Amino acid sequence: MHSGHAAGGGRPPALAHHFDDLEQQKEASTLGMWIFLVTEVMFFGGMFTGYAVYRALYHEAFMAASDHLDLKLGGINTVVLILSSFTMAMAVHAAQTSKRKAIINWLVLTIILGSVFLGIKYVEYGDKFHHHLVPGPHFEFAGAHAQHAQLFFSFYFAMTGFHALHMVIGIGLLLWIIALAARGRFSAEYYNPVENMGLYWHFVDIIWIFLFPLLYLVGHHK
Amino acid sequence: MTDHQHHVVPVKVYIAILIALLVGTAATVWAARVDLGAMNIAVALAIAIAKATLVVLFFMHLKYSEKLTWVFAAAGVFWLAVLIGITFSDYITRF
Repeated sequence: MHSGHAAGGGRPPALAHHFDDLEQQKEASTLGMWIFLVTEVMFFGGMFTGYAVYRALYHEAFMAASDHLDLKLGGINTVVLILSSFTMAMAVHAAQTSKRKAIINWLVLTIILGSVFLGIKYVEYGDKFHHHLVPGPHFEFAGAHAQHAQLFFSFYFAMTGFHALHMVIGIGLLLWIIALAARGRFSAEYYNPVENMGLYWHFVDIIWIFLFPLLYLVGHHK
Repeated sequence: MTDHQHHVVPVKVYIAILIALLVGTAATVWAARVDLGAMNIAVALAIAIAKATLVVLFFMHLKYSEKLTWVFAAAGVFWLAVLIGITFSDYITRF
């Protein structure tokens, strides 16, 4: 039988009217976020597929273009995001163990790491702009495959751009979750928003886990 | 109904996964510097898939989640495979 985990016998305050108990509510909540993430897989999946087709068709050009990406910065960003997934997981852990201050601290660390990532992307984008590698009328590329190299950079900006947009939205959501945590809304009994925030954040990390080798490591950076 | 929705993953598991992810990142960069020809992309993707699997199972708690959640996660993988697979079945058969 479902139990409501109610403190005191009545319906717990965190239990919405249309659910039988907190267990069921959590299952529905988590499943809902997973379903949304599946739509996101298809969203990014389309771009990955397009990238894969053109990389197969114009491999030389994509290799030459990829050499213009800063492998060090890309690598640092990968480490930064992996660390941010760790801090996010710790925030959920803190919520599960009803440690209010720890929730906030870990979420703040996650925001800091996410901001470092965006700062580095800003530097990278600025560098691309400076070197005329932004697709459009000012694009310049030395070598035989200028048009195909421009295609690489179209994918680079579209994919890392949408990823960065997801990071910005994620940071906004993190700020909101921190505000809720500060008001004492989360505990072992109810922490669904923190869990779902984690699912979203880990998903964005996974996208980068694929973006990094596929965009930055096309050729053999010697 | 069991309580495993509230399964609290031990911190040392998270730390182990973190280390594995960092090692995987180093391996990806190292493997890219070695000329494996056509295998380079396969190795890079294999490592990325392994890392993503760790994130999904442990950080995203899929290992401790309801079977219905597994169904939807698997559906995501399946439909992505369909998207990539059928698109490529077109391109690689063009001559």
